[in-house]
Amino acid sequence: MESTDKHTGTLAPGRPSLLLSGLRKAFSDVQAVDGLDLEVLQGECFGLLGPNGAGKTTTIEICEGLTDPDEGKVELLGLSWTTGAAELRQRIGIQLQETQFPDKLTVEETIRLFRSFFHRGISVEESIRTAQLEEKRNSRVGGLSGGQKQRLAMACALVGDPELLFLDEPTTGLDPQARRHLWDLVDELKQAGRTIILTTHYMDEAERLCDRVAIMDHGKVIALGTPQQLIASIGGEDIVEFAVSQGPHDSTRGVVDPATLTSIPGVQSHRVDAALHQLSVSELHTTVPHIFAALSAEGLHLSEFRTHSATLEDVFVRLTGRNLRDE
Amino acid sequence: MSKVNLGSLFELTSVRFRLLFREPEAVFWIFVFPILLAAGLGIAFRNRPPDVLPVAATTPQLTSALAADKGLNASTMDERAGTHALATGTILLLAVPEAGGVSYHYDDTNPDARTARLLADRDLQAAAGQREAVHANILLIHETGSRYIDFVVPGLLGMNLMGSAIWGLGFAIVEARQKKLLKRLVASPMPRWQYLASFLLSRLIMLIIEIVFFLGFARVAFGVPFRGSLWQLGFLCVLTSMAFSSLGLLVSSRARTMEAASGLMNLVMLPMWILSGVFFSASRFPAIIQPFVRALPLTAANEAFRANMLQGVGLDHLMLPVITLLAWLVVPFVVALRIFRWR
Repeated sequence: MESTDKHTGTLAPGRPSLLLSGLRKAFSDVQAVDGLDLEVLQGECFGLLGPNGAGKTTTIEICEGLTDPDEGKVELLGLSWTTGAAELRQRIGIQLQETQFPDKLTVEETIRLFRSFFHRGISVEESIRTAQLEEKRNSRVGGLSGGQKQRLAMACALVGDPELLFLDEPTTGLDPQARRHLWDLVDELKQAGRTIILTTHYMDEAERLCDRVAIMDHGKVIALGTPQQLIASIGGEDIVEFAVSQGPHDSTRGVVDPATLTSIPGVQSHRVDAALHQLSVSELHTTVPHIFAALSAEGLHLSEFRTHSATLEDVFVRLTGRNLRDE
Repeated sequence: MSKVNLGSLFELTSVRFRLLFREPEAVFWIFVFPILLAAGLGIAFRNRPPDVLPVAATTPQLTSALAADKGLNASTMDERAGTHALATGTILLLAVPEAGGVSYHYDDTNPDARTARLLADRDLQAAAGQREAVHANILLIHETGSRYIDFVVPGLLGMNLMGSAIWGLGFAIVEARQKKLLKRLVASPMPRWQYLASFLLSRLIMLIIEIVFFLGFARVAFGVPFRGSLWQLGFLCVLTSMAFSSLGLLVSSRARTMEAASGLMNLVMLPMWILSGVFFSASRFPAIIQPFVRALPLTAANEAFRANMLQGVGLDHLMLPVITLLAWLVVPFVVALRIFRWR
């Protein structure tokens, strides 16, 4: 092969590590991916975010060359799966959802097996260290905790020293401590300058780890940007949630006219979910007194009141009218 | 990407060995079970001194005439007790005197009962004064190679090679598919052919241990003969094992669950356990199904093993079974590669 731009080991500067355009994929009657365009830059940690069934896994598996798209173009590191599959396999690292490694192999044996597939890469030793599995090196896979198994999957994804790393729901099913442990690991990989593409349905995970996020729903990207941009896009930085009743000792649900609320300066939007009013608010310190005043003018009593900074979760709710884990 | 990396083939093959030897059940079924089976059959069908057949008569005179024969064990009982003993199988024949002679009550579909009648009749005729018309000399022969254990060891060898190849490949592949390990391997740069080759390689190495163990036991414990060339026997074993591995690959090429795979494996193996002449000769089946029986790989393997071990027949006279096995190696392998589900 000639060492043209396409086949050299390094990517031309400015060229995206991953380029998807017009991607479509249907399974029998479900349109899993419905016209997707994405660009992931070199060194970026990019998150595909969305509820279960949004098409995240199908998208990432198309990127990984495990599923053929019905339509559209996929380019990774300047290569395509039709012409550069063998080289791509050497240059990317993959962690799949729900892989079970053989229970009776040890951690070290499993990593050594995966290392043997790559022409170049890091040593088994280094990969064990990166995944912090030193103490479990000689343990059978069957005896590992969920977090340790996930770190083993990560170690197997890293042995080829990949330029592009795919992580499909890396923390699903893990306890909070194991999740944080894995986040630290991803942080280290980011700092080492690797391009990472991950899917998750945890908004906090995406906010914590990703430089840019694409929110997916029904096979489409419905929002794209940095977590801060997306949060700012819903207009308010804070979310106020409250419930009202007729009086302090009267639990009858109070009725509020939405127009009263949205006319308060600083309130960007209003929505009711299970008798809980949600306001997106831009100037929390000046707006909240106005809300109190408006409610007492109506003779209503607050039975609940809380505020939090807007999150990606609120962005999703705002865009789709549904909660992330509704389905 | 022309650089063929054999390190990964080595790793994949050693993983196969580790997984096998860390599974105590697998070791039992592959190594211990065939030997237990051969030992059990060898003991059950060992050559015993000729059986002494239990018979009865209704009068003491008749009984004493029968008891003179070393092949018969005679007792006296009345007709009612005798009929009951016949019906329950405690005696094979009841002799009842009648006017001018004797009548024999026995079941003529039972070979032992027929023998008992011949002996009893000869004894009673002799006691009544009959002389033999022709003098007969009797020479006894107990030849190795014609015993049941000699017949069954090559059959067990074939059955064992079938089981370890089909189970060994089938379960491992389907388990890897069910646990999404296959998908993960395919997502890595692992050459797919090496994954399948690692199964064949580990099978070949296991095969050596397996047959040396089993045939060594048959030789030492029962003195089963090896009259043909051992190299040719080795070749036949390899060919048989590869043919069944190829069949195992085909069986496991699509199945997504262990249950589905295990049903398919039984479906494939059951006809051969019955028809292919493991425990009794395949030629006992009606002529109309013989072409089908002959086409089965286990029939071909058993026939070739028996011809080699018991009759010392060379490969040049075993072309038909060898070609049958080759066909079973090539066709399922090609089909399996085409339809194999990697994820």
